[in-house]
Amino acid sequence: MSTTTADEHHDDHHPSGIMRWITTTNHKDIGTLYLWFSFIMFFIGGFMALIIRSELFQPGMQFVDPQFFNSMTTMHAIIMIFGVVMPAFTGLANWLIPLMIGGTDMALPRMNNWSFWILPFAFAMMLSTLFMDGGGPAGGWTLYPPLSLQTGDALPFVIFSIHFMGMSSIMGAINVVATILNMRAPGMTLMRMPLFVWTWLITAYLLIAVMPVLAGGVTMLLTDKFFDTSFFNAAGGGDPVLFQHIFWFFGHPEVYILILPSFGVISSIIPTFARKPLFGYSSMVYATASIAFLSFIVWAHHMFTVGMPLAGELFFMFATMLIAVPTGVKVFNWICTMWRGAMTFETPMLFAIAFIILFTIGGFSGLMLAITPADFQYHDTYFVVAHFHYVLVPGSIFAIIAAVYYWLPKWTGHMYSEFWGKTHFWLSTIFVNITFFPMHFVGLAGMPRRIPDYALQFSDYNQMATIGAFGFGFAQLIFLGLVIATIRGGAKATDRVWEGAQGLEWTLSSPPPYHSFTTPPNVDNEWNWFTRTVNDEAIKTRS
Amino acid sequence: MKTSTKLFGVALAMFGFGYALVPLYDMLCDITGFNGSSDNITQAQEVAEYVADESRTVTIEFVTNMNQNMPWDFKPEKAKMRVHPGKPYQVSFFVNNKTDRSIIGQAVPKVAPNTATNHLIKTECFCFTNQLLEAGQSMEMPVVFVINPALPEHIKTVTLSYTYFDVSSTASSNSINNI
Amino acid sequence: MKVNTPKRSICYILLVGLIGVYSQNAWSDIQPYNMPEGVTEISHKVFDLHMIIFYICCVIGVLVFGAMAVTILRDRKSKGVTPAKFHESTFLEFLWTAVPFAILIGIAIPAAKVLIEMEDVSDADMTIKVTGYQWLWRYEYIDHDIDFYSVLKTSRDEIYNRTEKNENYLLEVDNELVLPTNRKVRILLTSNDVLHAWWVPDLALKKDAIPGYINQMWTEINEPGIYRGQCAELCGRDHGFMPVVVRAIPPEEFDAWAMQQNNKTVAKSGGSDTSLQQGNENVANAKETIAPSKQDQKNIAAAIEPQAITNQ
Repeated sequence: MSTTTADEHHDDHHPSGIMRWITTTNHKDIGTLYLWFSFIMFFIGGFMALIIRSELFQPGMQFVDPQFFNSMTTMHAIIMIFGVVMPAFTGLANWLIPLMIGGTDMALPRMNNWSFWILPFAFAMMLSTLFMDGGGPAGGWTLYPPLSLQTGDALPFVIFSIHFMGMSSIMGAINVVATILNMRAPGMTLMRMPLFVWTWLITAYLLIAVMPVLAGGVTMLLTDKFFDTSFFNAAGGGDPVLFQHIFWFFGHPEVYILILPSFGVISSIIPTFARKPLFGYSSMVYATASIAFLSFIVWAHHMFTVGMPLAGELFFMFATMLIAVPTGVKVFNWICTMWRGAMTFETPMLFAIAFIILFTIGGFSGLMLAITPADFQYHDTYFVVAHFHYVLVPGSIFAIIAAVYYWLPKWTGHMYSEFWGKTHFWLSTIFVNITFFPMHFVGLAGMPRRIPDYALQFSDYNQMATIGAFGFGFAQLIFLGLVIATIRGGAKATDRVWEGAQGLEWTLSSPPPYHSFTTPPNVDNEWNWFTRTVNDEAIKTRS
Repeated sequence: MKTSTKLFGVALAMFGFGYALVPLYDMLCDITGFNGSSDNITQAQEVAEYVADESRTVTIEFVTNMNQNMPWDFKPEKAKMRVHPGKPYQVSFFVNNKTDRSIIGQAVPKVAPNTATNHLIKTECFCFTNQLLEAGQSMEMPVVFVINPALPEHIKTVTLSYTYFDVSSTASSNSINNI
Repeated sequence: MKVNTPKRSICYILLVGLIGVYSQNAWSDIQPYNMPEGVTEISHKVFDLHMIIFYICCVIGVLVFGAMAVTILRDRKSKGVTPAKFHESTFLEFLWTAVPFAILIGIAIPAAKVLIEMEDVSDADMTIKVTGYQWLWRYEYIDHDIDFYSVLKTSRDEIYNRTEKNENYLLEVDNELVLPTNRKVRILLTSNDVLHAWWVPDLALKKDAIPGYINQMWTEINEPGIYRGQCAELCGRDHGFMPVVVRAIPPEEFDAWAMQQNNKTVAKSGGSDTSLQQGNENVANAKETIAPSKQDQKNIAAAIEPQAITNQ
């Protein structure tokens, strides 16, 4: 199949201009929409982070009201989680899963269109609450009652927008599962799928299992506020702590929803640039599955301080510590993949290496947080803020950026500028550490999170973090420029793009045809399952 | 497509599961005393079977709290009592509505430590119902309680805490608002 | 590789330099940037746990990152190496599942011991009830009939940068919680409105205050002194402005203090806000500085800075 036929397809069946994007059911178009949406939200959420960091540059109140500050921390979190990381991964899934498993498109293309187009409305609603009476939501993204019930007019809007986000991701997840289970090319058995597909399959199941629980929890908040139910009100026999249990029953698997696809991305990138097959493929699959399973039984480690019985605290401490085992397996496997390879260090590889190092640091602080007696000291301090930013920014976000650099030539047909890519990498890596590393120290020294003003002894490191945050923020403008430049032109990318690239997506043209594999590839022939490499001879004879 | 129908079913079931967590949690709390909720009226017969253990003394503390916007005075007859497990005792609480409007209050009892929750049995308590207090009205309310002799040995102090909530807007005066 | 090295070292020097400049600045201050060792037996144990696990993480980190450094420096295509072909090893997989598991068990045992000790509230000498309000604390000494509020003392001028900030900026209150040393104090926690958390790092005590619910914890302070902490659960607009200050004094001094307070306090325990208002000068003070729970949204916004009413 050649590019020319694909272009004809496109011209024949699809409206052009804005209507193309609104009515599209094509997995690549929708993937692009998701990725751009997430990129825009990244700058909005990042702008909020800079407001937070500006206020925290010095002790004393300088720029914003404490209530507005709280609403910034709340919105920053909701936007970064539901508006940036999750849509970005769904975008990657849309673009890549059909290519990787040798399918034509996603299994449910119309629902795919819906699940994307709900999102802009959900976030418009969410952002509009900033202009309402009583301001935006300011009770933290965890929405703990009774505080969240003190929200002004914004509360129902926030809850409905969370419902919409939930529906969007559930539909997206159902689509992913249906695609993976039904659209695989002949010979693409489950244990032959690339790890990105595997991690997404598991993530999708997590999404289907926990997003409805969040929806239920916030609906209870809504009825408590407006219809006199007493789910979380002690006067009517409810318990505010129950909300925390429901929330974290969703929230902990959610954490893995935000990180598992990154594991998949890194597992694709490292072998390519090490020119060596991924080490321990099946143990990677099992490790991912066990992380997903464990994620359902550790939720209460987010709430050790609510006053649980001793037995509960012990159970959740032990279960949480167990998660370190499969996560460690993953890191060791990546290092073994690099071991005795022949590495080159293009931008995606640099981001992947930074991911492994910095995510591991986030994992260490996570292990420290699992120790209940010590957690009493860490809980709700900047130590926690440092921890989850280490796993989310140089974790999830770096993996997303690495994925974009890695597949951008495939998507656009153009090579990006290595110089600007590497500049972006070094600036991001340096500034991300300047931003978040000092937070460990202020947290240990006793600075609570979610405060707009702090005692004098925390000043130096807060100043440092603020400088880092601005540096990191501006470094992302390079990325924006680079992506736009690459879409508009640049050196022509080959089909294979990277010398060591393995997988079906690299057997298609760059950019790939509008409809991916209209004739399924003969996976048995084209793929050496033992070394997990492509058989070039077989691909040449593909007609 | 079959897969997607099934998955939608799973999503729907999980939404239901979110709600099912509410009674599940309550059940867990009832059995273990997990969150200190001490609401259950044990069978009178069972209480009658307790044998008073005069050799053991337990201190019981009474703590009263007002939730926000609850303009009542509320205090126990005494801050603490020394009691023998298995023997019933009575203690009074005084409540006074100082405002010029009638208010319905609901007292919510809690016990600390939570391992003692299911061993502190209230056979008579104002928390079983809500109270309507007219403007300026005061009331003396007795609580009859007994500590189950099965209370773990290491517990020497038990706190019984009541928090009064203003439920005027939601409760009708007669309704028994026990969970 | 030759091309990469200078770039990398420049970046490295930059990073180290920046951190260096800042840490020099920071180290000159009084506070060391680690968890405080604290002044109770438990806080020492918590600190030790924290350090043990930190060192374990460091050792693992050195091994893992060391292996990465070796492979990154050695296995470069630019050096003309041919990539190996191996891609699995059951032995290795077993090894790096079993060894971390063993290490975890090694950590879990001492952690569980400390936790059990922390939760053992029996045999306390006295009980204090702490109630969280938006945004102040109330302390009731159940055994002594003492009852008062504790409110941030830092002035608005300091917060809004109109005067110089004092040493204990945001960590000072009008009425400190006075506790005796060397006595086991049981602390009951509840809240009047939303969730709060009472935290003093030096005592390694942190627990949530939940409206309608009661939590308990205990401490036994070894050294007299003033220990400062803050509310550690987001509780609304002025969450950052409700510090906790504990003053620990020797038992004899404490008894004298309690006597004196008893004579001073007119209102007995168990009263609501208004009854206390008459007898306790702290309350008047409290309501002036910071909005109490009863107030509506508008007043809440006015709590710290009256002109900054955003919510209407």
